[in-house]
Amino acid sequence: MLEVSNLDCVRGERHLFHDVSFLLRSGEGLLITGENGSGKTSLLRMLVGLTPPFAGTINWKTRLIKHLGAEYRRELLYCGHPLGLKDSLSATENLQSIASLVNEPVELSVVQDALERIGLQGSAHMPVRALSQGQKRRVSLARLFLSRRTLWVLDEPLTALDTKASQHVAQAVDRHLDDGGIAVITTHQDMALASPLQTMRIGA
Amino acid sequence: MKDAFGLSAIYWIVHRELKLTMRRKSDAITPLLFFVIVTSLFPLSVGTDVEMLRRIAPGVLWVTALLATMLSLPRLFEQDYADGTLEQLALSPAPLSAMVVGKVVAYWLMTGLPLALLAPLLALQFYLPTTSILILATTLLIGTPVLALIGSIGASLTLGLRGGGVLVALLVLPLYVPVLIFGTGAVDAAASGLGATANVSLLTAMLLVAGFFSPMATTAALRIALE
Repeated sequence: MLEVSNLDCVRGERHLFHDVSFLLRSGEGLLITGENGSGKTSLLRMLVGLTPPFAGTINWKTRLIKHLGAEYRRELLYCGHPLGLKDSLSATENLQSIASLVNEPVELSVVQDALERIGLQGSAHMPVRALSQGQKRRVSLARLFLSRRTLWVLDEPLTALDTKASQHVAQAVDRHLDDGGIAVITTHQDMALASPLQTMRIGA
Repeated sequence: MKDAFGLSAIYWIVHRELKLTMRRKSDAITPLLFFVIVTSLFPLSVGTDVEMLRRIAPGVLWVTALLATMLSLPRLFEQDYADGTLEQLALSPAPLSAMVVGKVVAYWLMTGLPLALLAPLLALQFYLPTTSILILATTLLIGTPVLALIGSIGASLTLGLRGGGVLVALLVLPLYVPVLIFGTGAVDAAASGLGATANVSLLTAMLLVAGFFSPMATTAALRIALE
């Protein structure tokens, strides 16, 4: 259960948003919309614990995330704007190295399977440098099929993706919510989701 | 369990860094070439006065090794920061300080260690006697990890700043002075009959202190940079 109350965001002199509150229980998702620069990414970075909130609290299972630390991060999957991929490694090497670093080493076959599900089987062994923007985004999103994390925080997951890949992502989110997971997503596109999501608009 | 987790994180980071370096060999070779070329310029410019060369050798080799280490310092966290890997590391359940230790170890393996191993060979140009060469290599072997540890603090503090490279040098060079003094002093102390033990012990003490405090400071600075 993720509970956010009275969150404020101040960047430098600007007040980005004020009094943001929501509650997500198991199996629920939240879609955040808002104009460019309205603070969507800042909100997500607060949710994952990278930026401390200016005011307000974020609780995970009734405890402050700041106090939970590693226990919270173990249940968290964050896909941010920078993709977190190494240019000179291949898609499989990237995914395997990320998985090992978070102490969830995966077999090569599992990684290949995840890449196949997001439609990248052909370019799995090329260095990520040689892939297109959309393909890179797919590599990064293949993590959705690899992890068993409870809370997904996705920042504009559909950027640069084609229709088919967007559907794969939407299906993954649906399945995650059906399994009792929680998802917080920002997007400008329409996500073809089967599950009903709460929506919230931030900014003026 | 918790300790084993930190250790495995260190192992995987070192593993990944070495793999990345193998893909971009020029990054690792540049500081070494710099070291070789600059130290070779001294005998060419100063002349072949054996006494003089012997006297300046420890200083020249140490200062050049120090500058070579600093050459690649801004790159320590920069790429990870730019491509988003750093925030993924910060969000991993493993402690970020373990990741920092891993990065510094890998960095030392790729710059400090080769420098210390190359130094005896380059010292031959300065007519250094064998015992002095051995002492010089030992001090570099103990001193270069200290340089890497202190350097990581500077690299993390200047992360994401414009002109970070120059700033790193300004921040880090004063802190390198004690290491430099005891590192170069060891050779002179041995030559004058005092023995190098005191200098080597002091360098080792610096290594222990830096090894304990530097990852903590670096981790704190990285967290601020990621906000």
